[in-house]
Amino acid sequence: MAELRLKHTAVKAIYSVIPKMVYKTHDYPYFSEDEAKMFANTTGIIERRVAATNVTASDMCFKAAQTLLEDMNCHHEIDLLVFVTQSPDYFLPASAAILQDKLGLPTTCMAFDVNLGCSGYVHGLLLANRYLQQGGLRKVLLLAGDKSTISTHEKDKTAFPLFGDAGSATLLEYDAKGKDWFFDAGTDGSGANAIIIEAGHSRMPYQTFDDQDIEVAPGVVRSKKHLAIDGMAVFNFALKNVPKSINNALDLAKLKAEQLDYLVLHQANQLITDSIRKKMNLPKEKCPSSIGNFGNTSSASIPLTLCSELSEALKKERLYLLLCGFGVGFSWASLLLSTQNVATKLLEYD
Amino acid sequence: MEIDDFITAIEEEFDNLNPGDVTPNSVFRDMEGWSSMHALIFVALIDSKYDVLLNGEELKSCVTINDLFEITRLKLNGGGAKA
Repeated sequence: MAELRLKHTAVKAIYSVIPKMVYKTHDYPYFSEDEAKMFANTTGIIERRVAATNVTASDMCFKAAQTLLEDMNCHHEIDLLVFVTQSPDYFLPASAAILQDKLGLPTTCMAFDVNLGCSGYVHGLLLANRYLQQGGLRKVLLLAGDKSTISTHEKDKTAFPLFGDAGSATLLEYDAKGKDWFFDAGTDGSGANAIIIEAGHSRMPYQTFDDQDIEVAPGVVRSKKHLAIDGMAVFNFALKNVPKSINNALDLAKLKAEQLDYLVLHQANQLITDSIRKKMNLPKEKCPSSIGNFGNTSSASIPLTLCSELSEALKKERLYLLLCGFGVGFSWASLLLSTQNVATKLLEYD
Repeated sequence: MEIDDFITAIEEEFDNLNPGDVTPNSVFRDMEGWSSMHALIFVALIDSKYDVLLNGEELKSCVTINDLFEITRLKLNGGGAKA
C-alpha cells in the first residue's frame, strides 16, 4: 500500500483554462428529452466546454502556465515541468519538452509527461513533492489537462456527453516550514478495459485494425479508436476503493473527515461523487462540484474545481484539503494537504 | 430489510414512477426508456440505502425487482461476493 508522509512543499498558484465553446446536455441530438433530463439529473452535467479542432490539451495548459509564470515572474526558477495528460500532442516527443521551449523555461529544466488520467493531478502533486522536498530544486510547474472530446464518438451516449476539455497549471515550491502532506494511492489494472481507447498504439496499430463504427449497445456507437467506458465497472471501482483511500490518508494525518475544510473529488459524475461523499458522511458544502458547468475533464477536474469553486477561500484562508483523483487504469490517489495564500485564475481559451 | 421498503425507495427514486407502479414481479429492464443510466441509479440507490454494492454481473443475473431484493438481502447478510 502506497502511503506517505510528505514534507516541505507549498502550492503557490493554480490556474485553469477552459475552451469558450459550450455544449449543453439538452442540445445533444441523440438524447430524447427524457434521456437528456435523466442524464443531467444523474451525472449533474448541464453543460461542458469543448476545445476547437486545432486546440490541444497542451495549448490549454500552455495558456494557464504562461499566464501564471507572467503573474509570478518566475520563469527562470522552474527546475521541473511535469505534464499529466492522456491526450499528448504526439506519440513522441513528450509534450512537456515542447512546452518547456514554448514557455521559455531554461534548458536546465527537467520536463516529462505522465500518462495518467483522472488520478493524474494528485500523482503529479506527489511527484512535485518528491523532487522538491530534498531541497535541490526551487520550483516545479505541474500541468494537468486533457482533450477527451477528441476521443469520444458523437453517437456514443455513454461517453460523448460526459467529457469536457480543460487545462491547468500549478506552481509548487520548496517550503522548509510547510505543513506535512499525507498521501495514499493504489492501482488495480484488472480494470484496464473499463476505460480504454484500444486502437492506435502498439497493441493495435492503426494500420492493423478495422476502423468501422459498431453499435455495441442501443445508442452506443463507436469504433476501436474511440474511448469506451463501462460506467458500472467504474462506479463499482470507485465505491470500493475511493472511500478507503481517503480514510487511509486521514488516518495517516490522524484527522477525521469532518475536520477537513473541503474534500475535492475528481469530477467523474455527480452520482459517483455524491455516493462517495455520503460514505464519508460529509455535507454537500464540504464537497465542491464543478461538473455541472464543465463535465468530466479528466486530469484537469480537480484544479478546475479548485479554481472555479474555491478561489476566494484558497486566497484568503488556511485550508485543510483532501484531493482525490480516481479513474482510468484503474488508478487512484488521495492527498491531504494544507494550503494558504494560493493564487488562482480561471481563464477562457479564445 | 423488507421488500415494501425496497420498492418504495425505487418508486421515489424515479420521477416517472408512482406508488403502486412497481411490484416484486416487475421486470426492471421493462421500465420505460431503460438504459445503462437506470442500472447505475439502481446500484447507487442500493449502495446508499443498504451499503451493498452490486456489480455488473450480479445485476445481469437479476430479472425482477424481487431478484434484486434477494441478491441485496443475501449480500447484506454476508452471502454472495463481498461488496
